[in-house]
Amino acid sequence: MTTFMLSDTTAGKISAQFTHLRHQMGAPAIGMVLTLVVVCEERHQYDALRAASEAAREHPSRIIVVINREVEEPIRLDAELRIGESTPGEVVVLRLYGELTQHADSVVSPLLLPDTPVVAWWPGKAPDVPSKDAIGALAQRRITDARGFDDGGVTSLVTRAKGYARGDTDLAWARLTPWRSLLAAAFDQPVGKVYEGVVEASSGNPSAPLLAAWLSERLGVHIEVLESPGPGITTVRLKLDGGELSVVRTDARLATLSRPGQPDRNVALARRHTSELMAEELRRLDSDEIYEAAVKRFARTYKG
Amino acid sequence: MTDPAAPPEESVTTAAPAEEAVTAAAAVAGTSTTLDVVAANPLRDPRDKRLPRVAGPCVMVLFGVTGDLAKRKLLPAIYDLGNRGLLPPGFSLVGFARRDWKDQDFAQLTHDAVKAHARTPFREEVWKQLLEGIHFVPGEFSDDGAFDALAMALAEIDQTRGTGGNYAFYLSVPPKFFPLVVEQLKRTGLADAPEGSWRRVVIEKPFGHNLQSAHELNEITTSAFPESSIFRIDHYLGKETVQNIMALRFANNLYEPIWNRGFVDHVQITMAEDIGIGGRAGYYDGIGAARDVIQNHLLQLLALVAMEDPTSFDAQALRREKEKVLKAVQLPANLGLNTARGQYSAGWQGGEKVVGYLEEEGISRESITETYAAIKLEIANRRWAGVPFYLRTGKRLGRRVTEVAVVFQRAPHLPFSKDDVEILGQNALVIRVQPDEGITVRFGSKVPGTAMEVRDVSMDFAYGESFLESSPEAYERLLLDVMIGDPPLFPHQREVELSWKILDPIEEFWATQGQPEPYESGSWGPESANAMMARDGRVWRRL
Repeated sequence: MTTFMLSDTTAGKISAQFTHLRHQMGAPAIGMVLTLVVVCEERHQYDALRAASEAAREHPSRIIVVINREVEEPIRLDAELRIGESTPGEVVVLRLYGELTQHADSVVSPLLLPDTPVVAWWPGKAPDVPSKDAIGALAQRRITDARGFDDGGVTSLVTRAKGYARGDTDLAWARLTPWRSLLAAAFDQPVGKVYEGVVEASSGNPSAPLLAAWLSERLGVHIEVLESPGPGITTVRLKLDGGELSVVRTDARLATLSRPGQPDRNVALARRHTSELMAEELRRLDSDEIYEAAVKRFARTYKG
Repeated sequence: MTDPAAPPEESVTTAAPAEEAVTAAAAVAGTSTTLDVVAANPLRDPRDKRLPRVAGPCVMVLFGVTGDLAKRKLLPAIYDLGNRGLLPPGFSLVGFARRDWKDQDFAQLTHDAVKAHARTPFREEVWKQLLEGIHFVPGEFSDDGAFDALAMALAEIDQTRGTGGNYAFYLSVPPKFFPLVVEQLKRTGLADAPEGSWRRVVIEKPFGHNLQSAHELNEITTSAFPESSIFRIDHYLGKETVQNIMALRFANNLYEPIWNRGFVDHVQITMAEDIGIGGRAGYYDGIGAARDVIQNHLLQLLALVAMEDPTSFDAQALRREKEKVLKAVQLPANLGLNTARGQYSAGWQGGEKVVGYLEEEGISRESITETYAAIKLEIANRRWAGVPFYLRTGKRLGRRVTEVAVVFQRAPHLPFSKDDVEILGQNALVIRVQPDEGITVRFGSKVPGTAMEVRDVSMDFAYGESFLESSPEAYERLLLDVMIGDPPLFPHQREVELSWKILDPIEEFWATQGQPEPYESGSWGPESANAMMARDGRVWRRL
C-alpha cells in the first residue's frame, strides 16, 4: 500500500496526485462502482475507515473521509492518500481547518467519481436533515447511525423521521436484518392471527423500537418495547391463537425459535460488524421504503 | 411445482392426535417454500430487498457423503449458507453411506470438511445450529433395512425438528447406483410427498453418456419423481459470471444491436484445464472431454450467449429460450474437417514434468479416449446463420481458464495506410468465467507517437475480483435454490437430451477414427485443432 501525505493542499492537487499514484503503481484501475463519503470526527476515523475499506472489497469504491478539525485555526486542507493492496479502490482522508470546515462540499465535490453513485455516511453525529446538508445533498444514499448518538440514539430516530428524504437510511435499521429475516422465515409457515407482541432489548437500544415499529406496521397490532439486560435485542414475543411465537437470544450469538405445536429450534443470530452492515447498505442504492414506514411509525408513537 | 397450497389454518389446530405423525407434522410446518405462501406472509414485501430468500424447514439427505464432492463442496456450502443466515430453523442434514458410523462420526467428517473448505469464517454458533440437525444412517444401497431405517429416521426428525416432511435427496453417487437408490426411495414411500410437503431429488452430471442412456436414466428418475421435483446440477450455471451473461445481454442496450451475424464474426467458448485426470481414471476413461465438458457446461454457455431474450426469468421462459437455440444448433457436414480431438502426451506443464494420458494410473495403454475436444457448430436462425461457434476443452493445457469470446468482424473500411493497421486484430468481447472473473473488451487504439499506428488494447472490468472474498460459491446458490424450489438455473431433461443429440453424431464419428492425435502436455492442444481453425481463416485465441 502506498500512503501519500499532502499538507495545505487543494482538491485539484489531490486529484493529480491520485492519477500520478495510479500510474506509478502500473494502473490498478479496478472498475470502481461508487464514491463513499464518510463524515466523522477524528476519534471515529480509524473504525469507520476500516469498516468502509472492508465493505469496499465487495463494492470497489473511492472512499473520501472528511474530518472537520479546529474552526479557530487558519484555513487549511490536509490530505492523506492511500492506494494499494489492502484497500481495493482508493482512500483519501481530508482534514479541514478554519472556515473551510463550513465548505467541505467544495473539496469533496471535485473528488467524486464521475457518473457513479455517491453515498454519504455519518458514523457519529449526523445533521438533522441529511439531504439538506451540503455533503448529504451530493449523495443519492445517506446513511446515519443512531448508535453514534450515544445515549440519544432513540431520540435521534425521531429527528430522522422528521428530516426523512428518499435515500435516507440508518444502520440501526441494517442491524435488524437478521432478526427480520428470521421472523419473516418463521412467518413463511402461516401462523394465523397475531394479537400483540413484545420486543425486549438493552436500555436505549435504538434498533429495538424500530423492530417494534416494523412489526406493528406489518401486523397491524401493538408491539411493546421492554428493557432487558441485553446485549442488544434479546427477545421478540408474539401472541398467537394457542400460544406464542418467540425468538430469544441472550448471548448475542445463538437464538431459540419457539412456536406452538413445534419443537424449539436453535438458530445462529450473531451481531454483525459495521463492515457487514455497510456492505449490505451498498448493495442496494434505491430508497428503502420499508425503513421509511417503520421510522415514521415509530416517530408518530414515540412519547419521549 | 407439485407443492399444493398450504393447508388452511384450521387444520393446524384440528389435526387429530390419532392421525399419523408424519401428516400432523406436515400440517404444522406447512409448505413454507411455496411461492404463494411466501406472498401471503405479512412480514414480506417485494420492496423489502434486505430480506434474503430463506429456505423453509427441510431435511437434506446426502447419499455419498464420503465422496470428494461432498467434502470439498457440498458440506462447506451448507455451512456457508448457515453462516449467511439462509438455512431455515430446524434444518437437518442426514448422511447415508456404507460406513459403520454413528451420528458423531458424520458430524466429525462435516466439521473437518467445513474447517478445511468453507468460504466463510468458522463460527461456533453456526456450527452448533448445524450440529443439532446432523444424523447418519449406515447401510448399502441394496439393503432394504437401511432404507427403512432412513424412513424412520426422517419421520423422527420431522417430529423433533419440525421439518414438515420436506426432503431433498442429493445423489452424490456414481450414476450406476441411481436405479438402486431411486427404487429404494420409491419402495419406502420417501419419493411421494404427502399433502402439503415436498420431495425433491438432486442429481449431478453425467446425465448419461449418450441420448439413449440419458433417456433411460431419466425414465428411472421420473418413475419416482415428477420432472418438476428433479434438479439437475450443472454447477457452472450457479456461477456469478454465468448469470452475469444474462445481465450483460438483457440489461444493456449497448450490446444487443451488435449481438448478431451482422457484426459478430465468430464465437469461441473455451474451458481449459491445466490438470490431468488425477484420480478420476475410472470415471474418465471411455467418457472423454466432449462428454465430460462440452455436453453440459459448454453447450449451456452457448445457449446463454446465443439465446433470444426470455419473456421473464422464470424457469419456464428461460428454459424455453435455451431449448430453442439448442434445437437450432447444426453440425457441420464434414465432421472430419470441423472437429478435432487429442490426447495429452508426456511433457512439461507449468514447470512440472508430467506423464501422458496413456501412462496415467488405471488407464489402458490402448485407450482411445480423448482428453481434448474441439468442435465447430452453427446455429440456424436469423440471428446467427453463418456465424460459427467454436467449442474447445482439454486437460493438461497451458493454464486453467474458462471464457466465452465473442469476436467481431473487422471494420468494413480502414482509412489508414495498410502498414499502420498491420497488427490490428478483431474487436472482441470476452466473458471470463474463471478464474479472474470479469469482462474484457478488446479494441484498437492509437500507439502513442507521431505515426498513426493502431494496435489492439484490452479494457478490463473486474467486478469479480472484488467478489473474491464474498462471492457465494456456485453450490451455495444451487443448494438454496433446491430448498426453495426455484428451478431456472437447473437444466431441464429436454435440454440434456438436445445436447446429446448434438454430441452423439460426433462421438459416433470419433469412435471410428482410432487413436486421438497426441499433444504435448502444457501446450494448447493438437495441431489438427489449429488446422481446423486455419481452414476457416481464423485462429484460436491465445489464452
